[in-house]
Amino acid sequence: MKIAFKLAFRNLIGAGLRTGLNVIVLSFSFVVIIWAKGILVGWDHQAKNDMEQWEIGKGQFWHNQYDPYDGFTITDSHAPIPNEFKPEIEKGEMVPMLFAQGTIYPQGRMQPAMIKGIPASQNLLKIPTHKLDSVTDAIPAIIGEVMARSSHLEKGSRVVLRWRDSKGTFDATEIEIVDIFSTTVPTIDVAQVWINLETMQEKLLLPEQATLFSFANAEENRPAVGDFRLKTKKELTAEIDAMIKTKNAGQSVFYFILLLLAMLAIFDTQILSIFRRQKEIGTYVALGYTRQQVVTLFTVEGAMHAVLAAALAAVYGIPFFIWQARVGFTVPMDTSEFGMAIAPTMYPIYSVGLILSTTLIVLLTTSVVSYWPARRIAKMNPTEALRGKIQ
Amino acid sequence: MENSAIIQINQLIKRFPMGKGEFTALKGINLNFGTGEFAGLIGPSGSGKTTLLNIIGSLDTPTKGEAVVLGKSISKLSAKESAKLRKESLGFIFQSYNLLQVHTVFENVEFPLLLLDYTTLERKKMVMDALEWVGLTDKVKSKPPQLSGGECQRVAIARAMVKKPSLVLADEPTANLDAANSHNILQTMLNLNRELKTTFIFATHDEKVIGYLKRKIFLKDGLVDQEEWMNQ
Ligand SMILES: Nc1ncnc2c1ncn2[C@@H]1O[C@H](COP(=O)(O)OP(=O)(O)OP(=O)(O)O)[C@@H](O)[C@H]1O
Ligand SMILES: [Mg+2]
Repeated sequence: MKIAFKLAFRNLIGAGLRTGLNVIVLSFSFVVIIWAKGILVGWDHQAKNDMEQWEIGKGQFWHNQYDPYDGFTITDSHAPIPNEFKPEIEKGEMVPMLFAQGTIYPQGRMQPAMIKGIPASQNLLKIPTHKLDSVTDAIPAIIGEVMARSSHLEKGSRVVLRWRDSKGTFDATEIEIVDIFSTTVPTIDVAQVWINLETMQEKLLLPEQATLFSFANAEENRPAVGDFRLKTKKELTAEIDAMIKTKNAGQSVFYFILLLLAMLAIFDTQILSIFRRQKEIGTYVALGYTRQQVVTLFTVEGAMHAVLAAALAAVYGIPFFIWQARVGFTVPMDTSEFGMAIAPTMYPIYSVGLILSTTLIVLLTTSVVSYWPARRIAKMNPTEALRGKIQ
Repeated sequence: MENSAIIQINQLIKRFPMGKGEFTALKGINLNFGTGEFAGLIGPSGSGKTTLLNIIGSLDTPTKGEAVVLGKSISKLSAKESAKLRKESLGFIFQSYNLLQVHTVFENVEFPLLLLDYTTLERKKMVMDALEWVGLTDKVKSKPPQLSGGECQRVAIARAMVKKPSLVLADEPTANLDAANSHNILQTMLNLNRELKTTFIFATHDEKVIGYLKRKIFLKDGLVDQEEWMNQ
C-alpha cells in the first residue's frame, strides 16, 4: 500500500497538465461546497441570534391560547401578568407584550396588521421602543422597513388604526409613525405595528394584561406560571433549522452537479489511463505486481486527485474563507421580501466537522469513481496488455 | 551442460483464439534448461519466441503440456503465486523496453526492488550498481522520453538485472543498440551469469547476441527445429 501511494504520487505528478486540470476542478468543488455550507451555518447562526436579540430573548412564556398561526386565538390569548414575573420585569430581564388584531388605513386602503404593545422602557430587545415615548397628539407607533414599504408609510406618517377592545366595541384612533427600524426578523416586521404597552392595555381595556413574555434568563426548564407556558429558544427557533434544512437540500443538488463534473473528469482520466497505459500495466505485472495490486495503484492514483485537490483548496481556499468570514457575503438582491430571516450580508461559519465531512465525501466519491474503471485491470491478460492490444 | 534443471518444458502447446478458430503458436515444445545457462531462442518472426518466453515468465499459461519453472508448474500457479515468482526470481527485458515514462531512470530501475524488502540505502546501492553495469550512471535523473532508444534499452536491462534474479528472460534486448553497446551489455550479462549463476534465456535473431550464446535453440513454426551447444 505504501508503495502504491509512492508510485501513484509519481504517476500523478508525472502526468502534469491532466492531473493539474482535474485537481483544479476538484479543488474548486471543495471550496465552493465548504463555503456554501458555511454560509448556511452562518445564516442559521445569525438568524437565531437576530431572533434572540430582536424578538425572543433566551425564551418566551406564551399564553395558553396563543397560536401565532391562528389569528382568531389572539382575541382571547391574554391574562394578567403573574406576580411571579414582576420582579424580573422590574429588573428589565423580562418584557411583557400584548397582541391584538387591527386594521390600518394607509391612503384609504385597508390593511390588516398585528398590533403589539411593548414597554417603551425595555432594553432587552433591540426594537427601538424608546421612540414610543415621543410626544405627539396621536399614538406613537414604530414599524419595520418591510411594513413601511408595503403600507407606504414613512417616518411622520399618520394613519388610522381600527381595532376592537375586549368588550367587542370597535375603536378607531390615529397613530403616528415615529420611527422605522431595520431588522432581519420578519415576524416583528411584516404586518406588525408596535405601540406602547400601557397605551395598548388602556385602549383594549385590558389593564395589566399580556399575551406573552420574552425573558433574559437562560435557564432551561422554567415551569409554567398561571396561564403562561414556557417556549424555549430551541422550540422558537426550530423553524429556522427547518428552513435551513430545506435550503441545504436545495443546495445539495448543486453540490451534486459540481461533484459530478469533477468526478466525470476523473472518471474520464481513469478510463483513458487504463487504455493508454496498457503496456505500463503489463509491465507492473511482469515485474511482480498482482493485477489486484495494479487495481489498487490506479485507485489510489485516482483518489489522490482528491488529496491534491484538498491541498490546493487549502492554499487558496483558506484565505478566501477567512476573508469571507470577515467581510461576509452580500446577497446580490433584495432579501427583505423573502419572508424569512435573511440578512443582506451573511457571514459564513466553518466548523471542523463541516470541513472533515466534505473532505471525506469528496475522497470517498473520488475513490469509488477511480476504482470503478480500474476493476477492468483485474480482468486484463498481461501479455495482451504488454502488446497494447486491448480495445 | 549445467546440472540442476531450472526449467522443464514438456509437450507444451499454446493456442490463441483467432477469429472463429484457433491459432497454434507452440506445437509441442520439449526443452530443459539447467541453472546458469546462457541460451537463446532463435527463429524467424512469428515462430513463437515471445510466446514461449511469456509462458516461462508465468505471464501466460500453456494450453496443454507443462512448463515447470524453478520447481513451480506454471499452469497450476494462482495469480498471487505467479506474481511472487516474477517478483522474486524473474527479470524481464522487453522487446519494446516498457519503461515507466514519468519515472526517472533511477526510479525505473528501483521499481522491482520496491516490491521486495530492501531499505532505501540498500536500494540506492543496488540501483547504482545496475546502472554501472549498463553504463548509465550519468543519466540517473533523466526520464525515458529524454533518452535515446539504446539508452532506454539499457535502463530496461538494468531494471531486469538489478535484483539479481535467478532467471532473466530477454526478448530482443539488443534490437536498438549499436555494436559497442551490445558487446558491453552482453559482456556484463556474461559476467553476472558467471558470478551469480544467473540463467539467461534470450529471444533474438541478432547475430551479435547469437555469437555470445552457449546454447542455441532454433524455433520454427512453433517447434524446436534444431539445437546447438557451444563448447566453453
Ligand atoms: N495473443 C495472441 N493472440 C493471437 N495470436 C498471437 C498472440 N500472441 C502471439 N500470437 C501469434 O503467435 C505467433 C507467435 O508469436 P510470437 O510473438 O511468439 O512470435 P515471435 O517469434 O516472438 O516473433 P517476433 O520475432 O516477430 O517477435 C505469431 O503468429 C503471432 O501472431
Ligand atoms: Mg517476439
